[in-house]
Amino acid sequence: MERVKMVEAPEGVSGSGFFATSFDQVIGHARSYSLWPLPFATSCCGIEFMATMGAHYDFSRFGSERPSFSPRQADLLMVMGTIAKKMGPVLKQVYLQMAEPRWVIAVGACASSGGIFDTYSVLQGIDRVIPVDVYVPGCPPRPEQIIDGFMQIQELARNESLRRRNSDEYQQLLASYNID
Amino acid sequence: MLSNKEVAEELIRVFSDEVSGFEEPFGLLTFHTTRQQIIPVLQHLYNHSYYQVRFLTDLTGIHFPEQKGAEFAVVYHLHSLIHNFRLRIKVFLDKDDVHIPTATNLYSCANWMERETFDFYGIEFDGHPKLIRILNIEEMDYFPMRKEYPLEDPTRDDKIDALFGR
Amino acid sequence: MSDTIEIVPKDKLQPAGAQPELISELTTLNLGPTHPATHGIFQNILQMDGEKIVSGEQTIGYIHRAFEKIAERRPFYQITTLTDRMNYCSSPINNFGWHMTVEKLLQVEVPKRAQYIRVIMMELARIADHIVCNGILGVDSGAFTGFLYVMQKREEIYEMYEQVCGARLTTNMGRIGGMERDLSTEAIRKIREFTKTFPPVLKEFEKLFNRNRIFMDRTIDVGGITAERALDYGFTGPNLRAAGVDYDVRVMNPYSSYEDFEFDIPVGQSGDTYDRFMVRNEEMWQSLRIIEQALDNLPEGPYYADAPEYYLPAKKDVYTSMEALIYHFKIVMGEIDAPVGEVYHAVEGGNGELGFYLVSDGGRAPYRLHFRRPSFIYYQAYPEMCKGLTISDAIIIMSSLNVIAGELDA
Repeated sequence: MERVKMVEAPEGVSGSGFFATSFDQVIGHARSYSLWPLPFATSCCGIEFMATMGAHYDFSRFGSERPSFSPRQADLLMVMGTIAKKMGPVLKQVYLQMAEPRWVIAVGACASSGGIFDTYSVLQGIDRVIPVDVYVPGCPPRPEQIIDGFMQIQELARNESLRRRNSDEYQQLLASYNID
Repeated sequence: MLSNKEVAEELIRVFSDEVSGFEEPFGLLTFHTTRQQIIPVLQHLYNHSYYQVRFLTDLTGIHFPEQKGAEFAVVYHLHSLIHNFRLRIKVFLDKDDVHIPTATNLYSCANWMERETFDFYGIEFDGHPKLIRILNIEEMDYFPMRKEYPLEDPTRDDKIDALFGR
Repeated sequence: MSDTIEIVPKDKLQPAGAQPELISELTTLNLGPTHPATHGIFQNILQMDGEKIVSGEQTIGYIHRAFEKIAERRPFYQITTLTDRMNYCSSPINNFGWHMTVEKLLQVEVPKRAQYIRVIMMELARIADHIVCNGILGVDSGAFTGFLYVMQKREEIYEMYEQVCGARLTTNMGRIGGMERDLSTEAIRKIREFTKTFPPVLKEFEKLFNRNRIFMDRTIDVGGITAERALDYGFTGPNLRAAGVDYDVRVMNPYSSYEDFEFDIPVGQSGDTYDRFMVRNEEMWQSLRIIEQALDNLPEGPYYADAPEYYLPAKKDVYTSMEALIYHFKIVMGEIDAPVGEVYHAVEGGNGELGFYLVSDGGRAPYRLHFRRPSFIYYQAYPEMCKGLTISDAIIIMSSLNVIAGELDA
């Protein structure tokens, strides 16, 4: 029983039959353990993602039991693999269809910065078309690295303020990518 | 067992001086022919009752900017599965006259291979059902594999050439 | 009353019970480029007549990374990393195919031990590729369990790759002239254990699918292609063998000591999805046979060729011997020139004949390198194979063809 790590409860006041805390904490807590990813797997990093989803590295214990291929029902866009310039508009369209709050994780060197493909046809990093929250380097990153990146997204989700998506700063960020 | 010499002699017998430049780099029979004769040569090899060269392994293009008058080459790799005999045919084209008849009537797999060659080099295949770009974006207006165009994206602004040794 | 009744002329009278002409039009369905059957990104625009597919058209190039243009800039030993990323489910086959092409150009003879080690790694890669293809075919037809069982074995194959070259997926295995290090005892132990633990798992996987009524109904007579059409479309590999033609590059143009091994070529009959699935399963059994034979007969000897101009000398020699230092400098700084010539070499990849056409003009990078990619060539036949079938059949056909996007677009 000692090897089971209990998740810490957020700070709050507890008594018999009740637990009072702030909305931020509870909602952040719940969100971080139920992120539904959209695996946007294009190339080799996608195969490492399949290995992460397999029984050995087991991605679903983080709450991502249901990889949703429909953007409308996904929280986290995992871009795994090279994005070519032909694919850029498609990626942006998928991102726009996601509902707030949404996070983006760029898995692999190609998604982060173009990787080893410094060519005329490859988009040098997906942050040229959509805002990115976490970059996971590697070519391809080991499943442990992908899970580490995912855990950083969990940190972001847990500590995010409820007002963030409506704030000026976030709206300016979206405007810089021509997203209204 | 078919030998290179046998097939070469047969081709010279049928096509006389339209086929030339016979050589055997690493054991593979290679020869040149002209744009007018390439389809008859392919058809002769296809319909030949003994050779039965009925498999098109590969079709690609090469750009030789220094060879004036023969800047573009279209290279066909053929294979006769019955006799396990491979051969390579090259057709050289001038850069002002870059078109060649299509092989899609004979081999269906030449369809995309010719589109790819067109996409990379701009070589036009007369009679192709749908000769448009296949791998690059449709709005691209140049042919990227030609030697005069760079590998890197010309619009990128963050990677300084000096730091990357270019 | 007579002006409201329409008198139909005699020649336009319909017989009693005739159906009125229905106006029908075809719907266009866009399958891709992002679709849940995660096979990579390519798009199929299908024209549907209700549920049946009338015709289709593919758009590819969504992951075009310009490998052939990059290859004109990189020295020969750096191109191995590019070949990894073509068919990324079975990278060692691509790597060794490239190394063999360069060795053919340089006329370097690789010693027997290195050839046997290469054969073992290539057959492991073939098993890994077929695991992914058949597992995903199961997932696409709704059966997730088989996939999980065999992916565990794929993890073990990754461990063996790590023992040999250090990486899991994009392996960059081997060097021009042989291997970079000998097989360690741990690697040999792991491979032997794999040959003992994989057969029960594969038998279980087969028991789940081979005589499964639902799977058979979904895959038999779906997406068939005749041998003539397949050869016309340039099919090679398991897809061609399922159609009945026993063309295998390992047997027809043997390379890397494949002629020393005894193995069968499984051949199907009708070229439909079920045949492709069964051919791949049977090829995994044959690959296991080859691995066992290679391990049992592994010859002693050096694991790299005696070609100091192309193979980096050992580090301890670089620090102590003058010639080794000079060779090391020349190889790394790229001052060794290759011979002028052109060579075409093909290996049997997971999907078929993977060919490398290399034109060298004597410099340190190729003048022109073209990859003959099997997925690119046989994917052209997809609309013809889907004609008259439903969408679910189209998905199953796409998974059974094993189209890998990295190889499609290169």
